[in-house]
Amino acid sequence: MGVGIDLPLVWAVIILFSVMMYVVMDGFDLGIGILFPFFRTKEDRDVMMNTVAPVWDGNETWLVMGGAGLFVAFPLAYAVVLSAFYLPLVLMLVGLVFRGVAFEFRFKAREHRRWIWDRAFAGGSYAATFFQGVTLGGFLEGVPVRDGAYAGSPFAWLAPFPLFVGLGLVATYALLGGTWLVIKTEGPLHRRMRAVSRILAWVLLAFIAAVSLWTPLSQPAVAERWFSLPNLFWFAPVPVLVVLVTLYLQRELHSPGTHALPFVLTLALVFLGYSGLGISLWPNVIPPDISIWEAAGPPQALGFTLVGALLIIPMILGYTALGYWVFRGKVRAGEGYHG
Amino acid sequence: MDGLDALMLARIQFAFTISFHIIFPALTIGLASYLAVLEAIWLKTGQRVYLDLFQFWLKPFAVAFGMGVVSGLVMAYQFGTNWSEFSRFAGGVTGPLLAYEVLTAFFLEAGFLGVMLFGMQRVGPGLHFFATLMVALGTLLSATWILASNSWMQTPQGHEILDGRVVPVDWLRVIFNPSFPYRLVHMVAAAFLATALMVAAGAAWHLLRGRDNPPVRLMLSMALWMTLVAAPVQAVVGDLHGLNTAKHQPAKLAAMEGHWENTPGEGVPLILFGLPDMEAEATRYAVAIPRLGSLILTHSLDGQFPGLKEFPKEDRPPSPIVFWSFRIMVGLGLLMIALALWGNALRRGGRVYASRPFLKFALAMGPAGLLAILAGWITTEVGRQPWLIYGVMRTAEGVSAHGAAQVGFTLALFVLVYALVFGAGTLYLLRIIRRGPAVDESLHSREGGPGRMRQGMRPMSGASDDEDDSPASAATGA
Repeated sequence: MGVGIDLPLVWAVIILFSVMMYVVMDGFDLGIGILFPFFRTKEDRDVMMNTVAPVWDGNETWLVMGGAGLFVAFPLAYAVVLSAFYLPLVLMLVGLVFRGVAFEFRFKAREHRRWIWDRAFAGGSYAATFFQGVTLGGFLEGVPVRDGAYAGSPFAWLAPFPLFVGLGLVATYALLGGTWLVIKTEGPLHRRMRAVSRILAWVLLAFIAAVSLWTPLSQPAVAERWFSLPNLFWFAPVPVLVVLVTLYLQRELHSPGTHALPFVLTLALVFLGYSGLGISLWPNVIPPDISIWEAAGPPQALGFTLVGALLIIPMILGYTALGYWVFRGKVRAGEGYHG
Repeated sequence: MDGLDALMLARIQFAFTISFHIIFPALTIGLASYLAVLEAIWLKTGQRVYLDLFQFWLKPFAVAFGMGVVSGLVMAYQFGTNWSEFSRFAGGVTGPLLAYEVLTAFFLEAGFLGVMLFGMQRVGPGLHFFATLMVALGTLLSATWILASNSWMQTPQGHEILDGRVVPVDWLRVIFNPSFPYRLVHMVAAAFLATALMVAAGAAWHLLRGRDNPPVRLMLSMALWMTLVAAPVQAVVGDLHGLNTAKHQPAKLAAMEGHWENTPGEGVPLILFGLPDMEAEATRYAVAIPRLGSLILTHSLDGQFPGLKEFPKEDRPPSPIVFWSFRIMVGLGLLMIALALWGNALRRGGRVYASRPFLKFALAMGPAGLLAILAGWITTEVGRQPWLIYGVMRTAEGVSAHGAAQVGFTLALFVLVYALVFGAGTLYLLRIIRRGPAVDESLHSREGGPGRMRQGMRPMSGASDDEDDSPASAATGA
């Protein structure tokens, strides 16, 4: 290339960062929708929604950023992956549309019609999360490509592993939502959130363990990657850390003094899981064998867009941080920002 | 085309989702600039009525913006899910242009929208006006990137094709491709017109019901001035755009005119109405004015331009569609000019606020701008057929290899969801307009902004605090 910068690598980092931001940030607000069916009073639900109402749409922008980045930097991956997971992605979008409008309309609906938007909110959150997980699971299983196009079945995602990962992601986001609400709530709701989060943390550990066993067993390529030297040294700390963090999280959920730490520990779990996926896939952007350099778009496109991305992404991060700072603290019943 | 195959369904799906989407950005572009003008006049003159109108139109703007974001999210995925071959082939050019649109839009939303919607009492009028200006600029920048991308697909240049994919060679040539300046000005003027017509119709609705107050009168007056300027300008820009099409996309132009072949040495007539027949290669029942086609398109009485027969059959756009969509657009444009002339003639003595026939006409013309935008886009997009990237990639080559059942299923899903969600949103928008601006609207505006509870920070929460405006009740028809 002769430019001196490895553009596909830089873009891979930007996209990985955007997806990570998305999982962390939209994860906890989708999680609140997932927890909705377990909290039935209007007051509890008002508080739960109000803790994320000022920030949720900023969180979703990272999904668009990741998608646009993929289109720019790896058009082949954008084309192949999006058409491979056509149905789950469309269902995910429909879920996000319903959830997004429910945020606005629920607070304006009359008493006897609120249930419509309550269901839209919870249902949309479940659908969006589950189908994201299904897409992730199908992606991990590998995406067959022939002549630059997806060569698999339109229903390849309708298999045990992707569906299982879909459920796993529901548990992940639920725990993110539960521990987020531990920070943002108080009183009986706060105590119930701790109890729910304790259960969810065990459930998530079980899912992580199952996926970690299932992946190498079903995919020899991943197994080889994990258990060969020197990769094993890099990878070995991950499961150990997952167990340690889970135990620490359980302890903190029991101790009434800490409020923010459970959420931070859950973020650590998510990050560990994410890095585990990264180790399994790197440097492929279409598993099992198309690398970021093979799928990269023309350098003129990557370079041209990088200028704008490096200029604007820091500004978005700064504004986002400011928004969270401004809306910090507990949210009390009857104190919705919608008034 | 044998019935509804996967390709046709994918095209219908794109047409459906993009048609729903474009309505909201068009209103956002027009309303953002309108709001900036209102706030500027208020700051300069201190007249309360401008601030009243600003506060009132901020709410429809917020709803349109929110709807635009939600429907835009779907568009961002359409290219990859339904047009993956196109994305893989042309991603080098269209990817960066769309990414810049996303970056611009985020920057605008993150930085200034919150201040504009809720920050009036918190940041002071000067800074607030700056935020409004930035939001207006942001909507125009977004339009610029999207239209650069679309125009490149219409009149591609500045690229090479290497290893079976498009590689951008000269970004300035890619962005400033031949049809881009015309399309950009045409679309922005259309957005301004569509907004002005909607504002005028809102005012007319209230005046017809006897709700005559200074903000309502000002709405009508400003909208009529805007239409008086923009509608004739739009006619001129449209003509220039047509000449540009004649030069770069002659087959599209021939299809728009229902023009099949030239008679040697004779000018081309302008066909007013007729039924273009692709099989018979003729326009039946044509009502034509001799030589007028030559006059308009070549600016001479016996100039000629290629007819459809000069293009191979497989390269001809479907004339019946573009012939009629073009005429619907032009017809609505002429009605807009008539509305502007009539309204401004009635200004003397304030008759414009009382003439029932005129107000009824203005009310009926409320959706005309949006319909003209849809008709115009149908003309240019269907007129590009059978090409996806003109002369470079055919539409049939760009589609994903899905089965008809899959694409049909998702199309049905989108129709259902859009009808529910955007139906509720549109009714909500109409309810706000129906409530109308009150005298001293600005005194009732809610204080807000990031940092305080009990207020919104985001688009649609700017809209309403009134239980009776509930979109849920709108959706269920109560």
